[in-house]
Amino acid sequence: MTLLAVEGVDARHGLLQAVRGVSLELAEGETLALVGANGAGKTTLLRTIAGAHRPSAGRVLFEGRDITSSPAHKRVRAGITLVPEGRRLFTNLTVEENLGLAARAGRGGPWTVEAVFETFPMLEPLRRRRAGRLSGGEQQATAIGRALMTNPRVLLLDEVSLGLAPVAVEGVYASLRSLIERGTTILLVEQDLGRALSVADRVACMLEGRIVLEGAAAEMTREQVVEAYFGLSRGRRNGGPA
Amino acid sequence: MNWLDQVIQGILLGGYYAILASGLALLFGVMRVINLAHGDLAILGAFLALVLTDHGVDVWVSLAVVLPVMAAGGGLLYLGVLERSLRSGVLVPLLSTFGLAIVIENLLFEKFGADQRSFFSSIGTLAYSSWQVTSQITIGKLDVIILCTAIGVLGGLQIFLSRTSLGRAMRATAEDPDTAELVGVNSRAVYAMATALALATAALAGVFLGMRQTFDPYAGQAQLIFAFEAVVIGGMTLWGTLVGGIVLGIAQTVGNQMVAEGWLKDVWGGAGAGHVVFLVVLAGRLIYGALEERGGVRTVLGRA
Amino acid sequence: MSAHAEHPGLAVQRWTRTSIASTLGVGALIGLLALVPVALSASVTDRLTTLYVYVILAAMWNALAGYAGLVSVGQQAFFGLGGYFAIKLSTNGVGVYPSLVLAGLLAGAISIPISPFMLRLRGGEFAIGMWVVAEVCHLYVNGDRSLVAGATGTSFTGLNAYNTTDRRDYNYWLTLTIAVLLLGALFALLRSRLGAALQAIRDDEDAARSVGVRALWAKGVVFVLAAVGCGAAGALWLASFPTFQPASNFGVQWTAYMIFMALVGGLGTFEGPIIGAIVFFVIQDQWGDQGVWYLVGLGGAAILFALLVPRGVWGTVEERFGIRLLPVGYWLRKVTAHGRPGTEPA
Repeated sequence: MTLLAVEGVDARHGLLQAVRGVSLELAEGETLALVGANGAGKTTLLRTIAGAHRPSAGRVLFEGRDITSSPAHKRVRAGITLVPEGRRLFTNLTVEENLGLAARAGRGGPWTVEAVFETFPMLEPLRRRRAGRLSGGEQQATAIGRALMTNPRVLLLDEVSLGLAPVAVEGVYASLRSLIERGTTILLVEQDLGRALSVADRVACMLEGRIVLEGAAAEMTREQVVEAYFGLSRGRRNGGPA
Repeated sequence: MNWLDQVIQGILLGGYYAILASGLALLFGVMRVINLAHGDLAILGAFLALVLTDHGVDVWVSLAVVLPVMAAGGGLLYLGVLERSLRSGVLVPLLSTFGLAIVIENLLFEKFGADQRSFFSSIGTLAYSSWQVTSQITIGKLDVIILCTAIGVLGGLQIFLSRTSLGRAMRATAEDPDTAELVGVNSRAVYAMATALALATAALAGVFLGMRQTFDPYAGQAQLIFAFEAVVIGGMTLWGTLVGGIVLGIAQTVGNQMVAEGWLKDVWGGAGAGHVVFLVVLAGRLIYGALEERGGVRTVLGRA
Repeated sequence: MSAHAEHPGLAVQRWTRTSIASTLGVGALIGLLALVPVALSASVTDRLTTLYVYVILAAMWNALAGYAGLVSVGQQAFFGLGGYFAIKLSTNGVGVYPSLVLAGLLAGAISIPISPFMLRLRGGEFAIGMWVVAEVCHLYVNGDRSLVAGATGTSFTGLNAYNTTDRRDYNYWLTLTIAVLLLGALFALLRSRLGAALQAIRDDEDAARSVGVRALWAKGVVFVLAAVGCGAAGALWLASFPTFQPASNFGVQWTAYMIFMALVGGLGTFEGPIIGAIVFFVIQDQWGDQGVWYLVGLGGAAILFALLVPRGVWGTVEERFGIRLLPVGYWLRKVTAHGRPGTEPA
């Protein structure tokens, strides 16, 4: 069942047209990886889906309903949460306060502060520490935990491995795998192709604001993705949405 | 000169300044807005109370009406004016609050005229009753009430911000409204609430002003710079506003006394002393900050 | 002045046809304005003199906030000091008109020693700090017993040496000259490396510092220039309204008017303050005698502009039509195959 759909979305970033006519579908329980070079429009697309950004054309649909004009906080309450690029924790709040804040979204569900600490045990001793004084990996874990506290149906992740030590990235992806096992629907933006292909069901590649390659991860070779990533052979869409 | 008495009077005066400044600190802290209309909003609150007291309502009771009405007005002010102003640019609120200030004080003048008004008759003996602590120190009961209220208000705001869910949302929105939205916080509601609180505290200050001295439609202007001074001296935090108010209060009362005793030219007066202390505090903070960068005060002194 | 960029098909230029025409036009306009006292009535001369003072004030606040990122709620300090120094100089034997010029420079001089301190303050602290400085100046002037009447108002008696007509004409020409000089200085500043440095600081101060921009110095230049300008305005104001009342001349409403003019005209643009001054002047000229309702109208206008025209008149025009009359920025010009240029602002 299609949980999230994006139809013909155009989005500007300042004076630049960052997203051009993008259409995507995400089925419940699926993990879709969005790859592409810097400036390809991935973050803008994610922010548009999350409601932090207004598209200049097109629609965003959730469970079949048009949510394009819905503000971000309403989308969170509906079940779409974004872990933004660069973590964006509230540095003046403690870890626990960052987590607790997200619980205000008022959605019931399995995720509580304790559940987050179980998934990310290294955060527990840090619960009263101000978020500004955490390491990169700890911050990323907190940011993901914060998003989880909203008990989302769709989790959007923007470059969660950026700026992290390899060990920390391992940890993050291990928790992602457990999320996926629980059936969470995930749309993640990832620069690391290997990781993206290993964790995702489907992959889409963006170049200059457009989707130039899309298909099942298992059927896709690295070479195909690299070609699309760098625009070496333009726009062969492989295997389209169901 | 009885230093102790002056310091005590200054602390009590600081209580009033703290209440007046708290709304300003809130708006600046949460929304980065310099509200040029704040003093006039306080006076607006006072005149609202005046309408009620002129009809026989006790001034303390009138607060039960004035505060919620001003709070609601704050929400409307945000939704109607401040939201758009903020969206358009950081400095646009300067223009809209300037406009608001002029409109408020002149409409008040139009309606109430230039007469000096007050709540003296409504509070009766409280206007001048006091405790004689020693032969030289007298403490006004009203002033104590105001100081206690200030501590209550600022303490309450502090608890609200640090321990309640809505307060946490406000702190988060103050730091990063974009991300706050992304975790489900309705930033519009948060800002409207902050403005409502700011206006309610301003109105409270206005009513207290009217109990301590007379006021007219243009009295808001004179109060504004003192409120700003209190906020800045205090470092723009909430408890800091109480400290800032008290420091300013002490500076002003001691300054006034120094003038009375001929130690200071009379043009300076209490207000001037307050200004000098303000500048000294700012300079001190700058120097302290510069020293910190060089490794801390001890390091620098050790080297010298 | 144009530079040949490496990119074929694009050229960087400062002057477009529009801006050349505008600059020549401005020159002609100044020439015409100089003839006003001779050609038009006394009333027009007087009113234009007031308008020029407003233009100076608006341009100075715009320079501070729009170019240097310094929001000051205390420019009345220099406005009042300008009037104060003018009277002091004049009562101590300096000629009236030289006093007016020197007063502006003296007010600017006061800003130099306080700048290393003030400019290191952060946003809100600086804004309010300047207001407090203004109050300190106010109180100091109040205490100057050598000023004949102190707080109730001192007359600029030196002016009595001139008859009414001469006084009006000399005021006009002096005000026009100073306004043109100050605007010219700002213009030159914007086009210079300092202008680019200021833009860099506005975009990202840390990044600017990291490439060697001396932020404090750049801001300091604008700060002192603004002090000179506001001081000159204060002195020139005294020439037309020759009673110096500290409470009025040091009043914070002067900065409030500057904020109105700069924001209504369009912050950060060169043409904006002139338009803002005209708007303010027209409102005052037409309705100034309506007492309270004039002020309510002014406040209402401020709110309306903030809500409906937040980028100011010129800011909105620039945005909509992409015009810039005076060549302060750079334009990227596409040189097409047919040799006909299209221009887009850089």
